[in-house]
Amino acid sequence: MNTFVLAARPLEFFFAQYRRVWRGTAVSSVATPVFFLLALGVGLGVFVDRATDLPGDVSYLEFVAPGLLAAAAMQVASFESSWPVLAAIKWTRQYHAMLATPLRVSDVLFGHQAFIATRLFMTAVVYLVVITAFGAVASPLAILTVPVAVLVGLSFSAPLAAWGAKTELETSFVAIFRFVILPLFLFSGVFFPITELPTALQWFAHLTPLWHGVDLCRQLTLGDVALWSVLVHVLFLVAWTAVCLALALRSYRRRLIR
Amino acid sequence: MAGHDGQPLIHARGLVKRFGELVAVDAIDFDLQRGEAFGFLGPNGAGKTSTMRMIGCVSPVTDGTLRVFGLDPARDGVKIRGRLGVVPQLDTLDMELTVRENLIIYGRYFGLPRRELGKRTDELLEFVELTERANDKVEPLSGGMKRRLTIARSLVNDPEVMLLDEPTTGLDPQARHVVWDRLYRLKRQGVTLLLTTHYMDEAEQLCDRLVVMDRGRIVAEGSPRELIERYSTREVVELRFDDSRPEDFSYWTDGLVSRVESLPDRVLLYTDDGDAASHGLHERGLVPESVLVRRSTLEDVFLHLTGRSLIE
Repeated sequence: MNTFVLAARPLEFFFAQYRRVWRGTAVSSVATPVFFLLALGVGLGVFVDRATDLPGDVSYLEFVAPGLLAAAAMQVASFESSWPVLAAIKWTRQYHAMLATPLRVSDVLFGHQAFIATRLFMTAVVYLVVITAFGAVASPLAILTVPVAVLVGLSFSAPLAAWGAKTELETSFVAIFRFVILPLFLFSGVFFPITELPTALQWFAHLTPLWHGVDLCRQLTLGDVALWSVLVHVLFLVAWTAVCLALALRSYRRRLIR
Repeated sequence: MAGHDGQPLIHARGLVKRFGELVAVDAIDFDLQRGEAFGFLGPNGAGKTSTMRMIGCVSPVTDGTLRVFGLDPARDGVKIRGRLGVVPQLDTLDMELTVRENLIIYGRYFGLPRRELGKRTDELLEFVELTERANDKVEPLSGGMKRRLTIARSLVNDPEVMLLDEPTTGLDPQARHVVWDRLYRLKRQGVTLLLTTHYMDEAEQLCDRLVVMDRGRIVAEGSPRELIERYSTREVVELRFDDSRPEDFSYWTDGLVSRVESLPDRVLLYTDDGDAASHGLHERGLVPESVLVRRSTLEDVFLHLTGRSLIE
């Protein structure tokens, strides 16, 4: 009980900060899915549908939309957990302000992640509404993509927060975006089934949270759900996130309490 | 000056902080009594900030005993921090939020209800003379205003002890005097102050009692007046020379002054009667470029105790 009360307090700071930029993020959280669906689902999709048969006989629009939703969660979470974490440690030093009050390191970490989870929730709801409007959703189970997207996002924001609190090298985030986030976006089954990848890379994809998130969202929006596979995906994402949060707590402690 | 019940608010015995090989705080003892203004005076790297961070429960004690309000920082950090008001060396204000928002959000970290905070915020802004800037962003405020806001913020939970780490470092003289004035008022209201500083005038103005720190150790303790009486003379004659500075001063000063301190840019002569001493020098035929007679300060105490000046 006490833990939740204390971890909720930093949220007010992050929301006050968010109020300054919310208009921009609101516009882009609607515009981004519209652009992607127009270009890929509608534009490219016409060619893809003419030439190939996707598994389950779905249109490319239906195939790509849930993948884009999961990938959007990854991107929002990664951004929110990179520079803002560094800023709170080094520049605005807001974490230090929090730690001069009754708040503990765990409250600071979980409070910040709770804010990111809220942002993910809002992003996912908007994304789901847009892909539904495009006719890319075949099942009411699609509503469950919202909590899944939150979980996918946290599976990225947790390890990035762990890294942000550890690194002295702020430019490392540029490298992470270019060499981790971008390849994951391209090769985790968002745009084409990973069965098209070489076998070794398929196995590798199974070890990344985005692939689990993409496949899970796709099953839900298509209404083509295999229970065992849903369980595996959820378990993987929960376990991955829990381990990364524990690592983040350790690196926050080392950085802030010394 | 002593606490009502004799129970110190902060109690340290053999307190040690090590960072790997580096010993930042080397077995110090001190007690802070309720209602007093207590200072750590020392140069950068003396261990003042490390001590403050241990008291603020954001730096684990390496060895020794530390009790804050009778509680152990290792176990009761949440309770202790709820009763402290911290003014850190580096500002931790959010530059993009308004002055008022900074106060309210900080108050929320303590779990204070919003309604109560609205009133409290008005009073605090009044106290630090920032009422007119309440709805402005923090970013464009001057350094002195930001410091005053940080002080107001640290008072939001009505703390029993204020921890002030170098409260006026980096401020221009006028802004420093405004900050001192506010701290002096708090002291008169009975707020217990614990501050670090490397400005001897700050320590003299604000502290009832202080310890002089050097390289992690406490080298002297007392009120500013006691320290000056014990470790210095009443007055100091400062001599500056162009290029004709004598090598050996004993020839000129023997019998005239009680001690000579030779610094790169000037020579300090310690005596209880500065005018008599400078007169004597003149009679012996020593002609410096300038002669200044002044009262002893804590700077002289520090110089005597450590052989170095406070600000390098």
